[in-house]
Amino acid sequence: MTKVTMTVNGKSVSGEVKGNTLLTEFLRDGLRLTGTHVGCDTSQCGACVVHVNGEAVKSCTMFAAEADGSEVKTIEGMANADGSLNVIQQAFQDYHGLQCGFCTPGMVMSAAALLKDNPKPTEAEVRDYLEGNICRCTGYHNIVRAIMAASGQDVPAVAAE
Amino acid sequence: MPKDHGIGASPKRREDVRFLTGAGNYTDDINVHGQAYVHFLRSDMAHGTINKIDTSAAEGMPGVVRIFTGADFEGVGGLPCGWEITDKNGDAMKEPGHPVLCQGKVRHVGDPIAAVVADSLEEARTAAEAIELDITELPAVVDMGKALEAGSTKVHDDLADNLCYDWQFGSDTETTDAAFKSAAHVTTLELVNNRLVANPMEPRVAVGDYSRANDEHTLYTTSQNPHVIRLLMGAFVLGIPEHKLRVVAPDVGGGFGTKIFHYAEEAFCTFAAKACNRPVKWTSTRSEAFMSDAHGRDHVTTIELALDKDNNFLAVRTDTKANMGAYLSTFASSVPTWLHGTLMAGNYKTPAVQVNVKAVFTNTVPVDAYRGAGRPEATFQLERVIDKAARELGVDPIALRRQNFITQFPYATPVAVEYDTGDYEATMAKMEELMDIGGFAARRKASEAKGMLRGLGVNCFIEACGIAPSNLVGQLGARAGLYDAATVRVNATGSISVMVGAHSHGQGHETVFPQVVAEMLGIDEGMIDIVHGDTSKIPFGMGTYGSRSLAVCGSAMVRATEKIINKAKKIAGHLLEASDSDIELKDGQFTVAGTDKSVAWGDVTLAAYVPHNYPLEDIEPGLEETAFYDPANFTYPAGAYACEVEVDPETGKVTIEKFVSADDFGNVVNPMIVEGQVHGGIAQGIGQALLENCAYDENGQLLSASYMDYAMPRADDIPHMASYVVDHSCQTPCTHNPLGVKGCGEAGAIGSPPTVVNAVIDALHSGGHTHVSHIDMPVSPSRVWAAMNGQ
Repeated sequence: MTKVTMTVNGKSVSGEVKGNTLLTEFLRDGLRLTGTHVGCDTSQCGACVVHVNGEAVKSCTMFAAEADGSEVKTIEGMANADGSLNVIQQAFQDYHGLQCGFCTPGMVMSAAALLKDNPKPTEAEVRDYLEGNICRCTGYHNIVRAIMAASGQDVPAVAAE
Repeated sequence: MPKDHGIGASPKRREDVRFLTGAGNYTDDINVHGQAYVHFLRSDMAHGTINKIDTSAAEGMPGVVRIFTGADFEGVGGLPCGWEITDKNGDAMKEPGHPVLCQGKVRHVGDPIAAVVADSLEEARTAAEAIELDITELPAVVDMGKALEAGSTKVHDDLADNLCYDWQFGSDTETTDAAFKSAAHVTTLELVNNRLVANPMEPRVAVGDYSRANDEHTLYTTSQNPHVIRLLMGAFVLGIPEHKLRVVAPDVGGGFGTKIFHYAEEAFCTFAAKACNRPVKWTSTRSEAFMSDAHGRDHVTTIELALDKDNNFLAVRTDTKANMGAYLSTFASSVPTWLHGTLMAGNYKTPAVQVNVKAVFTNTVPVDAYRGAGRPEATFQLERVIDKAARELGVDPIALRRQNFITQFPYATPVAVEYDTGDYEATMAKMEELMDIGGFAARRKASEAKGMLRGLGVNCFIEACGIAPSNLVGQLGARAGLYDAATVRVNATGSISVMVGAHSHGQGHETVFPQVVAEMLGIDEGMIDIVHGDTSKIPFGMGTYGSRSLAVCGSAMVRATEKIINKAKKIAGHLLEASDSDIELKDGQFTVAGTDKSVAWGDVTLAAYVPHNYPLEDIEPGLEETAFYDPANFTYPAGAYACEVEVDPETGKVTIEKFVSADDFGNVVNPMIVEGQVHGGIAQGIGQALLENCAYDENGQLLSASYMDYAMPRADDIPHMASYVVDHSCQTPCTHNPLGVKGCGEAGAIGSPPTVVNAVIDALHSGGHTHVSHIDMPVSPSRVWAAMNGQ
């Protein structure tokens, strides 16, 4: 067992982990942050995406020990300080970008990473970026609309082009 | 101006807030104090005889609580099938045993041989590796044709052969043969409806708990229908009476049919929790899901369409082989029969329709209902053969369909169902308008200028939803009723909890159902909450599948709310010193008709619970009502779909350039959610048509057992928003349920696969590849390229 310390959603946390403990296990089982989900075992579905030092990471593919000393952000840390939905979360609700909600945390975390690097993505860029996030419910249409809206673009105008 | 509340409005979904903030409560988020973990040792062979399972070394491994094998389940019931099919000779279908853990033989890759319960999952997995298996591998039967050959290896030694049933339905042979004999033209098509895996993003999970104090079992499970699981597992497998068994399905991360069924892992965790006197948890990995979740589709069909000299449809005859897999999953037997054969008339007034289905056992994972369940298979055959006929006859595929539409309702088909209402011309015309069919020639020209082939595919569909009238399905072999139930509990201060038997796993019931009750009572939706997914909180319910939630459970909720209104009017009449027949309820106020005397909703509800001034001699205090609703008929959503594809003649790659759906769902309570359901269904249909395929090799090894091998649709496989419209403005309300709703959950997955394939064939013909009459799904680049190049 190794002791790891990291900042998760702005709070310093530490815990004992084994060498093979995945970051997702540390978050879900160790910290009870169950918003991060596990939808596959081959690092493809993206339900487990979190931010590590500002980068989108599939937490099922990173050891907890590798995140020692890092700044980690999960879906539980995404809302505004007053608890209201942030602009991306709000856009997902406004545009019906989620149904069962299982892929949603990963989608929101990926969307946030995309918009940090590319604040006004084209529709094709959004679709391309979501290659690593699978949703079975929505058919992606409303997820794409939500992300475009969260970037401040006029979705009906894009749809009319 | 669109409505901002009540029926027809699109309020934002209230469940979204918890899902968007990581506060959802999915089954894997549930941990019971002191729980152990189970790992299933699964067969890596498709077929074999178990000679010996030696668990002695494994039992001594660290953390092991107990190891179970099939021997521990002798005397325990097997997993039941919920629908008995009678074959054409009058015999009952063959119904092999389906033990919780393998007994004697393994019959598919993934069949659970042993279960290791340990303090941690890691210890359970490690110990499982120390179990010594002595299994003699047997030849596997994978191909349905070979499975039916005389002398084939048998999946079940105690059955005569691998034929589960040979079913015939619809018009008699004499009538059908005569129609074909008189035909001016017959079009024949052989096709495969590819095997799919439903793949809800949340893998299945089960947590069993047992209380010695009162001999009570609790199962937390990823289910679309917790009461059905309680019934099946309690009554048929473990012998636990309902009042000692609580089944909880909390937030469930998608279902698409595959979470309807009762699975071995649920029964195991419930059984083992008592046997180990410890809660037992199982969380499926995605790899396990591919080899233990029931698969979908997997039909091989020959369909024939007979037309007269004026291109009127005379007869349809089908011959289908349907794969059951190694065991009968819960509703497996009903999918290729009653959920498929009854839809073979489609939207057309064909006088003779005969359906023949052979269901076949193979050494593969059981196959059962997946989004649409039988209806996509029916639609795909019919709409593909009509397209082929139009091409052979040189007529416009839209005109050929239109000419044969059913236009008078109600309409009794030759395949036992009666369509109550519909307007197929309206959805066709809407599709043509939205698709800009007139502009296709110019778009094709533009594609050709880029060196691409462009095709237009159109088709119609009809489905039977709102499953189902209990007396009818009982006659057809269903071993359950298919009504639903709702309790409306009005609290003293006027807020309401509605306990519903439907289960929401993405459909948004928590938002939609209150819209209906609020509209009926004229109160704010925020005062109403929906309770679902827990047998200890809800009177009863058959769950959510077959696009039935609003049509069946919603109707029960309406009936219960009507009872509430009737009683509340009596209370209001007493308070207002008027006859209850003179009381009107509007905007949450009870008024004496023609006067300004009124009393508010909250005053009436308070009086019901604080009955100081109350007609106690006539009615009981309190305000809570339950209704069970059994539908009089199925509902029949229908529509017309179209898409345009570009095919790269160099590579065979297909890209969907434009897609339009024009659906008739009857009345719509929440347009936003309806459109979302159609988007999701179409994505799954596009997935089936272009990408997805569950593949086995000839030895029964599962080749597509992860997301590296099974191609799930991604965001860039779906048309861009400027060229994608889902429309539900054509509305012929259902005539027999109180809301006039038909159901929208499956339409997209039913309607869209033939649309895509029809478009691909059209594109190839435009490029001179006129020898290509069909390509089986998934229409992958290699298949398209091979078809174009005559390979």
